[in-house]
Amino acid sequence: MAATLLEVADLSVRFDTDDGPVHAVDRMSFGLEPGEVLGIVGESGCGKSVTCMSLVKLLPETAVVTGRVLFEGTDLLALSPRRLRQVRGRQISYVFQEPMTSLNPVFTVGHQIGEVLRRHLGLSRAAARTRTIELLQLVRISAPERRLNEYPHQLSGGMRQRVMIAMALACDPKVLVADEPTTALDVTIQAGILDLMRDIRERLGTAIVLITHNLGVVADVADRVVVMYAGRKAEEATTDDLFAHPQHPYTIGLLGAIPRPYEGEGTRERLREIPGRVPSLRELPTACAFAERCPRADARTRSEVPQVREVRPGHLVACFHPGEEGAA
Amino acid sequence: MSGEAVLEVVDLVKHFPAGGLFSRARTVVHAVDGVSLTLARGEMLGLVGESGSGKSTVANCILRLVEPTSGTIRLAGTDITHLSRRQLRPLRRQLHMVFQDPYSSLNPRMSVGDIVGEPLRLHGLARGRALGAEVERMFESVGLRAELRYRFPHELSGGQRQRVGLARSLILRPQVLVADEPVSALDVSVQASILNLLRDLQAELGFSCLFITHDLATVEFLCDRVAVMYLGQIVELASRPALFRDPQHPYTQALLSAALVPDPSLQRSRRRVVLDGDMPSPLAPPSGCRFHTRCPLHAESAPASDEEIPELREYAAGHLVACHLVSGGNPAPRLAGNAADIVPAETG
Repeated sequence: MAATLLEVADLSVRFDTDDGPVHAVDRMSFGLEPGEVLGIVGESGCGKSVTCMSLVKLLPETAVVTGRVLFEGTDLLALSPRRLRQVRGRQISYVFQEPMTSLNPVFTVGHQIGEVLRRHLGLSRAAARTRTIELLQLVRISAPERRLNEYPHQLSGGMRQRVMIAMALACDPKVLVADEPTTALDVTIQAGILDLMRDIRERLGTAIVLITHNLGVVADVADRVVVMYAGRKAEEATTDDLFAHPQHPYTIGLLGAIPRPYEGEGTRERLREIPGRVPSLRELPTACAFAERCPRADARTRSEVPQVREVRPGHLVACFHPGEEGAA
Repeated sequence: MSGEAVLEVVDLVKHFPAGGLFSRARTVVHAVDGVSLTLARGEMLGLVGESGSGKSTVANCILRLVEPTSGTIRLAGTDITHLSRRQLRPLRRQLHMVFQDPYSSLNPRMSVGDIVGEPLRLHGLARGRALGAEVERMFESVGLRAELRYRFPHELSGGQRQRVGLARSLILRPQVLVADEPVSALDVSVQASILNLLRDLQAELGFSCLFITHDLATVEFLCDRVAVMYLGQIVELASRPALFRDPQHPYTQALLSAALVPDPSLQRSRRRVVLDGDMPSPLAPPSGCRFHTRCPLHAESAPASDEEIPELREYAAGHLVACHLVSGGNPAPRLAGNAADIVPAETG
């Protein structure tokens, strides 16, 4: 644990809106080891993206961020804007869901990757070009010399996402935050991008925070998983442990809700439904956020916020009644 | 077969003119090129494909939301391909659609009760109290509380809106429901309830459904038969168990191998068939077999696959495949050494 690369402690994010505050993230904590792939899963509005955007203050002014984000021992939230800029993009870089909106349509791919290299690393034009070609090769784009001169609209969705990844890797960051990197892509293209992520981790040792709503993606590439619900951490475990022994009723519900392919003939079992809906983030309930939808809820669940505790080695759960289904 | 078929699509072609008003070149997008399928009474047929495969265009042609370039669409034996809007109107009762985005497909200025009742009103089938009662019954069928009738779409959650969309599509008890990615915009837990609901409603009302999706797992859950599309054509059509257990077309094999299984140890032990390159442009589809530019079995199928368009032929009873390497009883080579890489259930 000594070598924790990134440590997020008690991170809360509040947006002050005209209709009052919205508590998007409530006391999140997690750590990231060097070279690790951490999956953060949850449904829309659970705060997974906001959590990751707040790490290097990518959120708009209206966001009030509290807590600590220790990167190699330095609290990023306390850094001056100038010092933070040296971390952002250089040490911690981002890949977003929609590559078309993240790329500038009027500049060539080569220009955009080159700009990162010249800005952050002060490379000359020629050196930047050489390095850009290397980067495009790294993300397995064929004929990189030709691709350099192409504009984003000339590339396919999968290719654009590869360019985004190349750009994010330009400064050889220690942490890559990928926010739903394959959600907008087709299945066969998604497979290639996930292979690429695995490859990057293995070859460059980059630690990856992978934000997704897709448990299949997590099962494929993540070492460890954090499940978020309504701005809070519900469960955290190694990927194998989480899928084999889910403890939080929400996680159990989610795993039962996905149709599993290839189960053969006969009547297919009904999918598990999670009744009700996610609570409003306008006021933080002094209760378990999942209480209203939970089959295990009782008086305590409705009046007290469950703290995160370790129920098995390395397996953390925020629930008063954790345990696998049928076990309790 | 046609006696039982509620919906028949024969050799459907849709070409969109491309190139702007001012460009000289007359190019054509080959969105759909010769698609034939039948939908039997009470059947759920999955139409699977990636973006650009033409699956939504097929749906839009069936609904006559776009005019097909050629081909025939028969609804319960009646050729509806060339009917005028007015002639089509009485038949509209039999054919309804559910859209992907429940946000943009509901009129924001109508209460959801009015939205659900509107088809009845427009067809002059019910008014006043009878209309109200029918709307209420439909609300119950799709699992919405009756008091939500007076709400407006923006007051409902995504899942509730999709239930409203289903209620509106089914209130006339159509024979055919065309559902275009109805759960893709929803969260996993909400998706599950809509998929369950769709299955329950189908069992209760007995409609036939053309279910269009990119997600193999939902098809596996819901459909009786599956058609796989690639670049405007059907490459494989089979019963659900046959398609998932014995996929033939190299594209189907690749698609199945790329689908993620939510089970870490199983998922990580699988080997994916990675396809080269991207889907070619439908502006200039490849000659011969449209998949030949990316086919891992191209060495075996060339040169025939470069020149000749493979026909959709019977490989086994009810299992059609359009591949030069597959013919009656002769299966295609497996792309991955281990069958479980493509069809993982056999290991579990």
